[in-house]
Amino acid sequence: MDILIVIEDNNSKIHRMGLESIAAAQSISKDKGFSIGVLVMGGNAEGLSTEVSKYDVSEVLKLNNDIISSYSSDGYAEAVKQVIEQENPKYVFFGHTYQVRDYVPKISAKLMKPFLVDNVSINKDGEKFIFTKQMFNAKLYSDMVAKDNGPLLISFQSAAFSADNAQSGSASIRDISVDIDSSMIKTESDEPFQEEAGGMDLTAAEVIVSIGRGIGKEENIPMAQDLAKAIGGELASSRPVVDSGWLSAPHQIGSSGQSVSPKMYLALGISGAIQHVVGMKGSKNIVAINKDPEAPIFEIADYGVVGDVVEIIPKLSEALKEN
Amino acid sequence: MKIAVLIKQVPGSDSSLPIQNDASWINEEAITYVMNESDNYALEEALQIREQNGNGEVVVISLGPDRVQKVIREGLAKGADRGIQINVDSVGAVDPLVNASLIADAIKEEKFDIVFSGLQSDDLGMGQTGIILGEMLGMSTASLVMETEISDGRIKVKRELEAGYFQWVTMDLPSSITIQSGLNTPRYPSLKGIMGAKKKEINVLTPEVGQSKQSMEKVYIPQSDKQTVMIDGSADQIVEKLVETFRNDIKVI
Ligand SMILES: Cc1cc2nc3c(=O)[nH]c(=O)nc-3n(C[C@H](O)[C@H](O)[C@H](O)COP(=O)(O)OP(=O)(O)OC[C@H]3O[C@@H](n4cnc5c(N)ncnc54)[C@H](O)[C@@H]3O)c2cc1C
Ligand SMILES: Nc1ncnc2c1ncn2[C@@H]1O[C@H](COP(=O)(O)O)[C@@H](O)[C@H]1O
Repeated sequence: MDILIVIEDNNSKIHRMGLESIAAAQSISKDKGFSIGVLVMGGNAEGLSTEVSKYDVSEVLKLNNDIISSYSSDGYAEAVKQVIEQENPKYVFFGHTYQVRDYVPKISAKLMKPFLVDNVSINKDGEKFIFTKQMFNAKLYSDMVAKDNGPLLISFQSAAFSADNAQSGSASIRDISVDIDSSMIKTESDEPFQEEAGGMDLTAAEVIVSIGRGIGKEENIPMAQDLAKAIGGELASSRPVVDSGWLSAPHQIGSSGQSVSPKMYLALGISGAIQHVVGMKGSKNIVAINKDPEAPIFEIADYGVVGDVVEIIPKLSEALKEN
Repeated sequence: MKIAVLIKQVPGSDSSLPIQNDASWINEEAITYVMNESDNYALEEALQIREQNGNGEVVVISLGPDRVQKVIREGLAKGADRGIQINVDSVGAVDPLVNASLIADAIKEEKFDIVFSGLQSDDLGMGQTGIILGEMLGMSTASLVMETEISDGRIKVKRELEAGYFQWVTMDLPSSITIQSGLNTPRYPSLKGIMGAKKKEINVLTPEVGQSKQSMEKVYIPQSDKQTVMIDGSADQIVEKLVETFRNDIKVI
């Protein structure tokens, strides 16, 4: 097997980023003739394996076992490590999900094999691959290469590849097993839960005024509230604004917060880090105001202003009120 | 309770990031450095645990060239008891396996109950160092932690999951835990703390650096193919054009 893809279970469905990994693997396999195996594991492995077998991959590996019927970092790390040892793939692909952040570094340590994370693209350079990742919160990119013969652990950033490009086909399913016992699991996990959203649902808003660290200080929050009101929109924010206690958690847009796609998303003093962007890039119109002309938010903005939000926000509110 | 906190020195979010001529790395002379954001929260959590217990030790550890002594001193000024600098050249220090091995070697005799680190460095963004280190030292591990409770030799942590979900996880100590931003309010160093920090010990280690298993070929500014309509002028002109855009192009007012 050349590429092993590890699929994540998202409420008994294939995690979208699993399909993106399939698209990634297919894109590099075409001219190399790589074989692709897909690993599904856990309590829903049965249903998931049927789903995955409908894609154009060589085979689906199905793994279930009482100890990994639900997620634990120790259980998953040990199980995937053993599958890697059994199948000896050249590459192991993952979506860069929160779960992958939690357990895949352990596999890297167990096998002493590098984990090249959060890639936005793969490029060929002769026989080897170059993996491109963002650095400095998306302000720069860097080309990374492995200095190891593999198996190499590789993860892809959300939307680096499109799930829609995952080609369908029909693959065989093979049961596999691992040797694992409960003494290996050092953690006890409770059920996942959601915190009170405080009655705030930003998903229905037509206009969202979203502020980032560039708003500067807590005293400037009312000016943003005023703008949201003047334009008839909802106020939202990036994570640091919530971390600082300036707005409550339900205001947060991004991978840990809400995902929105309003008609207009006004990004004020927000740099455009990927964990924020995943929550708002579906907006119909993105208008960004940032003092840094190189801020990554301008890469996705439809309209951009290089300027000081603290100066522009009150003037904009005034002008809107006059209208 | 003996707690280690891994602190990385990274370019501040407002720092310029000039790229070296050979594109191998940024020009470090032109950078303003700060403490990595999530590490600041990790340090605060460690200090609060020590204060609640009324005893124990907090040791701040940074890997990098001599400039990193500044963040170690900052940690000491906030109340950490001592520091360790693992002296390596920053440019080569991109492989989390190498870095975690160096940190593991430096602390394995110390028998820390907890190692706190940030969930991700703001420069390289590998998101792995603390978990790899925990695995190397045979500790239990948890990532993206938003709350901690310690009792009877165990630690219970609230982990952040995707899309606003959380999960409580309980495990035996020793434990290596990566901290997500926002779980507490990091303190500023007091004047007394700053003075006191000068007398605290920083142990400098100069280890042999192992072979990297991943390396950086080049860094560059990303190119975008998105056509962004830039609106410029004086503040008043910008506001006028924005209102027109809202009305005529986006049609939201
Ligand atoms: C696992 C994980 C999950 C995360 N989840 C989320 C999430 O759900 N949501 C989220 O938002 N982030 C999340 N983050 C954090 C994310 O990586 C970024 O750190 C964060 O989005 C940055 O917020 P920001 O743009 O407001 O701040 P910064 O990155 O500090 O940017 C501030 C911006 O404001 C500009 N600015 C400063 N002053 C002014 C001014 N006066 N006028 C105009 N512009 C100004 C600056 O040029 C800069 O571009 C997560 C990170 C991780 C690792
Ligand atoms: N050079 C370093 N010195 C000290 N701590 C580090 C270093 N590199 C990484 N860390 C710690 O590991 C965390 C994750 O870093 P990374 O794996 O690079 O994303 C950081 O937030 C720090 O707590």
